[in-house]
Amino acid sequence: MTTLAPGRARAVRQQGPKKGPSPLDRLRRNGVMVVAMFVLAFLFLPVLVVVVFSFNAPRGRFNFAWQGFTWDNWLHPCAAPGMCDALRTSLEVGLLATLVSTALGSLLAFGLVRHRFRGRTPTSLLVFLPMATPEVVMGASLLTLFVNLGVQTGFATIVIAHILFNVSFVVVTVKARLAGMDSRLEEAAMDLYANEWQTFRRITLPLAAPGILAGALLAFSLSFDDFIITNFNSGNTLTFPMFVWGAAQRGVPPQVNVIGTAMFLLALVAVAGSEVLRRSRR
Amino acid sequence: MTTLAPPLAPEPEVEDDEGPLPQGRRRWVPYLLLLPGLAWLTVFFVVPMLALASTSLQTGSLGEGYRLTWRFATYSDALSTYGGQFLRSLLYAGTSTLLTLLIGYPLAYAIAFKAGRYRNLLLILVVAPFFTSFLIRTLAWKIILSDDGTVVSALQAVHLLGENGRLLATPAAVIMGLTYNFLPFMVLPLYASLEKIDGRLHEAAQDLYANAATTFRRVTLPLSVPGLVAGTLLTFIPAAGDYVNVQFLGTPQSSMIGTVIQSRFLTVLDYPTAAALSFILMATVLVMVVLYVRKVGAKELL
Repeated sequence: MTTLAPGRARAVRQQGPKKGPSPLDRLRRNGVMVVAMFVLAFLFLPVLVVVVFSFNAPRGRFNFAWQGFTWDNWLHPCAAPGMCDALRTSLEVGLLATLVSTALGSLLAFGLVRHRFRGRTPTSLLVFLPMATPEVVMGASLLTLFVNLGVQTGFATIVIAHILFNVSFVVVTVKARLAGMDSRLEEAAMDLYANEWQTFRRITLPLAAPGILAGALLAFSLSFDDFIITNFNSGNTLTFPMFVWGAAQRGVPPQVNVIGTAMFLLALVAVAGSEVLRRSRR
Repeated sequence: MTTLAPPLAPEPEVEDDEGPLPQGRRRWVPYLLLLPGLAWLTVFFVVPMLALASTSLQTGSLGEGYRLTWRFATYSDALSTYGGQFLRSLLYAGTSTLLTLLIGYPLAYAIAFKAGRYRNLLLILVVAPFFTSFLIRTLAWKIILSDDGTVVSALQAVHLLGENGRLLATPAAVIMGLTYNFLPFMVLPLYASLEKIDGRLHEAAQDLYANAATTFRRVTLPLSVPGLVAGTLLTFIPAAGDYVNVQFLGTPQSSMIGTVIQSRFLTVLDYPTAAALSFILMATVLVMVVLYVRKVGAKELL
């Protein structure tokens, strides 16, 4: 069949617009799209379940079987004891970790892309290694450090850990943006008597800004969703994923699904908003 | 690939180590930029790794304290006790990486070449489910795969699953969970590679009488190797160390190495064994990364 294909495709093309492609050709041409749609459906199946079960009114502790529709979970999201505190902790950790890791990571990216210096390769390696480290190992090593130093694990150690695993991802994101930038723009600015600081401030930074923003968003979502590393370094502090993990043993309240759905919707709105903004600027 | 790649996809940052390094005041600029980040990475990544290495060679107990006794036997003991969990982790992670590749490639391909103006929309749709927290999504699979769920009864109806057959608490469920959770890490790098391919190459291949399959095998696939390598690593590494999927979708009897490390560290407080296991996992992953990257030939990952 594959040996016949080119001849037939050619024949179809030569016949031109008079006769459309046969259904078989159409399927062959769009087959990959059909598969892709199935994969997307696979990706969305659990999200659908999360959304549906956010309206469930479970009779027992377990929100595993559909028992009846209710708005209660959405009207009283904080009714699940402890959940909103955990959520607030996660937001605080996420914001702090994002702020610091974006700053550190962007500086690293600028240094790596825009400068040549001795020790560049080891620096790149040190940035790459945390991403190649399984999360359990990173969590375990940090806990070892904190135990050895006699540091009580808690809010601060969670933030430290999150900054650590975020930095490399920020570097990669910002680096990608900087590498795609036309360095002639900066040279032009220098030719027009801008000094280094002015060039950076007026040319480099605005051009790099989308990459930095993307890095920050990635950092926040990684931090907000992290469970494995947090589990090692959280002490008695409860982040939202830690709350869900604990609740999974005792029975997950449906309010957890409300938060999951809300996060999903928020992300969609944010992405759609930025897309609209991008189009209107053009 | 090696003959085609350089002129078509020039590496964005070509390191020319030939020229002289900058002199004078400018020489210090890069180090100032790097200092804070490198300091953080050193204090909270390198030093903890050394602490972990030291711990793995210590003996003692929590009450009496640990002393460095260079006891390498901890490693062999850990391997002989937890070899099963270790191999299972590699097997599960490997299988799910292969599956993400098999289902992720068509998706990435469709977005890159067939989506037209819906490209951005589809990319957003790939990422969107992952804003619902990792744990919540995995718990949702627990509902989907549950014994009285639709999937199980459907499979029983077509006799793919026995009368008492189940999906939850089986290796299949764990592998599916891993495949699901790390799929975007495969799709996005693959897409990034595919998207860079010049469409004229496909036309050229067709003009030279290559059919669709040959065009894919000789043009598209080789050019997507960097994305394939990156995607494989980004999927395999977290999957090998994961213990969430096996906790929610598997059974305690079929735990993975992440489960063991976690419980040795946090529940049993057997630090040396946990540290040794962490190092074995880390070393295995790194060796596999190096071998794989060498074999496939994508040197510049970052």
